[in-house]
Amino acid sequence: MSANLSLTQLVAVPVAPLVGAIVAGLFGKQIGRANAHRITILGVGIAFVLSFMTLLSVVNDGAHFSGTVYEWMNAGGLKMEVGFLIDGLTAMMMCVVTFVSLMVHIYTIGYMEEDPGYQRFFSYISLFTFSMLMLVMSNNFLQLFFGWEAVGLVSYLLIGFWFKKKTAIFANLKAFLVNRVGDFGFILGIGLIASYAHTLNYAEAFDAFTKAGGLASLSFGMGTEWMLITVVCICLFIGAMGKSAQFPLHVWLPDSMEGPTPISALIHAATMVTAGIFMVTRMSPLFELSDTALSVVMIIGSITALFMGFLGIIQNDIKRVVAYSTLSQLGYMTVALGLSAYPVAVFHLMTHAFFKALLFLAAGSVIIGMHHDQDIRNMGGLRKYMPITYWTSLVGSLALIGTPFFAGFYSKDSIIEAASASHLYGVGFAQFSVTAGVFVTAFYSFRMFFLVFHGPERFRNKPFPAEHDEPTPELEEDDAHGHGHGTAHDAHAHAPATAHAHDDHAHADHGHGHDDHHDHEPHETPWVVTLPLVLLAIPSVVIGGLGIKSMLYGSFFGGAIAYNTEKHPAMEELAKEFNERGGALGMGLHAFASVPFWLALLGVVLAYIMYIVKPSLSEAAAKVFRPITVILENKYFFDWFNENVIAAGARLLGRGLWKGGDQGLIDGLAVNGSARLVGFVAGVVRLVQTGHLYWYALVMILGVFGLLTWQLLPYFQSIAH
Amino acid sequence: MNFTDISLPHYLTLGGILFALSVIGIFLNRRNLIVLLMAIELMLLAVNMNFIAFSHYLGDMGGQVFVFFILTVAAAESAIGLAILVVLFRNRATIAADELDALKG
Repeated sequence: MSANLSLTQLVAVPVAPLVGAIVAGLFGKQIGRANAHRITILGVGIAFVLSFMTLLSVVNDGAHFSGTVYEWMNAGGLKMEVGFLIDGLTAMMMCVVTFVSLMVHIYTIGYMEEDPGYQRFFSYISLFTFSMLMLVMSNNFLQLFFGWEAVGLVSYLLIGFWFKKKTAIFANLKAFLVNRVGDFGFILGIGLIASYAHTLNYAEAFDAFTKAGGLASLSFGMGTEWMLITVVCICLFIGAMGKSAQFPLHVWLPDSMEGPTPISALIHAATMVTAGIFMVTRMSPLFELSDTALSVVMIIGSITALFMGFLGIIQNDIKRVVAYSTLSQLGYMTVALGLSAYPVAVFHLMTHAFFKALLFLAAGSVIIGMHHDQDIRNMGGLRKYMPITYWTSLVGSLALIGTPFFAGFYSKDSIIEAASASHLYGVGFAQFSVTAGVFVTAFYSFRMFFLVFHGPERFRNKPFPAEHDEPTPELEEDDAHGHGHGTAHDAHAHAPATAHAHDDHAHADHGHGHDDHHDHEPHETPWVVTLPLVLLAIPSVVIGGLGIKSMLYGSFFGGAIAYNTEKHPAMEELAKEFNERGGALGMGLHAFASVPFWLALLGVVLAYIMYIVKPSLSEAAAKVFRPITVILENKYFFDWFNENVIAAGARLLGRGLWKGGDQGLIDGLAVNGSARLVGFVAGVVRLVQTGHLYWYALVMILGVFGLLTWQLLPYFQSIAH
Repeated sequence: MNFTDISLPHYLTLGGILFALSVIGIFLNRRNLIVLLMAIELMLLAVNMNFIAFSHYLGDMGGQVFVFFILTVAAAESAIGLAILVVLFRNRATIAADELDALKG
């Protein structure tokens, strides 16, 4: 425990946003809108500064902290505590979380300017920051689970932030339910660890498992024996699949775009969805013990990386394109985890957090500029009108597709190279997925980019009025609240029963106070929106080259991440190649001769040809590949499957249990059955009670007679003998 | 037939017959509660008969003293019973045993 990490400072990091959340949430009305954003930004700002100081002392002095802050229960030797574990991994995550959160807080001032739930929104995102910090700073499974559930809760609240909108309520319920599936696996994993290691502390649990060498087995009593460590890891990974939206639990993430754009950036792109990646990295000592689990992780990641990318190609909602891109990039990180290249996964997590938050906020900026039309087919030529958004989006897209020297390049290229250095089962598929994924990523990113910023100015006549075209017409309604202009609109938002009215006015009704743009001309957004874009664009460019050496091959993570170099040589080989090529610069230069770079370039060029040079080509392609397009448009029929098989099955089961179990067995047999039995007996017995006096008298006499007979019988018998 | 031939068993038999008659009177009677009261009186008389017979047989006057008590109590009981019947008749306009079945479960 190093002296230069004071406990007070660490405690202040999560507490500062919590205080902001409480003040803005409970006293939002009293303090007003401006004070609400001031206090929450102050809270998150403090958290960011302290996190950055922590990171500096971890990097420069090798500071380390591990200890209990507060022990709140000790049950049967199982210590339940609030504790912090601060090392390179945690410090990096703290900085990413607080930095992106700070940017989103600032951005929100502009984006949510006229929303009636302004204070509530700030309270939620501060609460999210607190929860996420508790998650990453934890030193035990219980607090991890607390943070895990808390971020899930805030995510639920924020997806359904516009609670009058039906699709949003549907989406947040969906997110919550799908996450429950993952959390079920997660808590089973934690339970197994607790029952085997008798501790909830990370270090102690890791010790217990490592000492056994992962050889303990778990019997399910049917003659089958499982490797305990494999079961534990897969259970934990199911949790990660839920939170990080991995196939097949990915279905909630695209729908989460129903929420306001700032939280799409913060929660559903940069931080919360990476909690699964972070958790698996944290558990690396466990995952290293099970090759089976690693294979599962890798294959799931590969499927997500490639197939979710395909979906991005056919989406027309600007936010959904970015959402599918997030899914695909999360798949990349998961592949890296499966390859035992944990530092690479975390590195990609970090770079992705910056450029994806940037892309999302830029998308939000475009949405504001387009007066809340999210259909990219209605955009085009925005470059002239929104220069800052244009340039920052370009930076984000270039980083996303892995252009050499941009942040995304270093992390993504490392993943692709790590795939070639592994010998796990299924690595061939992973290699194919991540390589092909480069092309897909480049294609959909620049398809969106070209459609939005280049080409003809389609917004003047709107070829795709959302009311008729969108499968979910309410989709854009959310952002109707976030208008930055005009006050007449505010009245709409306050009026009761706006849920339906919004559908129309968000698109067609532009007369509400927007006198300055009758002609639907887009405009650049205010500085509170563009400042975060610029501030996020900077790390999106430089963080990769600056960070790669220390994060992947240096001692940055120290003991935080463990990997078995003999069995899983990916990191070793990466380091060897990295040094051979002469560091970050050499890696960038070498990229020009590598396959991924040309694939990415091909993707960009193809997007340019299909959407700018010859737009008819894309329509032709859609016709030729009609069957594939249908599958993609239906998102591989996952929603259909979930609704008609899983949800319907669950409903059927529920109905069966309700009708058979509850109504039949419990109500019918147990409750009403006993009442009916008593009634039946009473019905028989009441026949005795005729109410006639002589009857009672007769019964009395017969009773006396019987009693006397019984008493005197022995006497008579003795006489008889 | 000599009067002295009448012995204890004869008296007891008479008491038994009287008692049996009164029991039959109690449950055969469906029409009138007064008959029910009379049957109960008869039952008490049967008991009195037994008391006197045993008193004479054992030469103990205590039994006959009890008969007086029983007669007194029976008279009082009849008076109360009849008074109840009067009230009952006022309320229900009937004293038929069959129709008085408010206790029916």
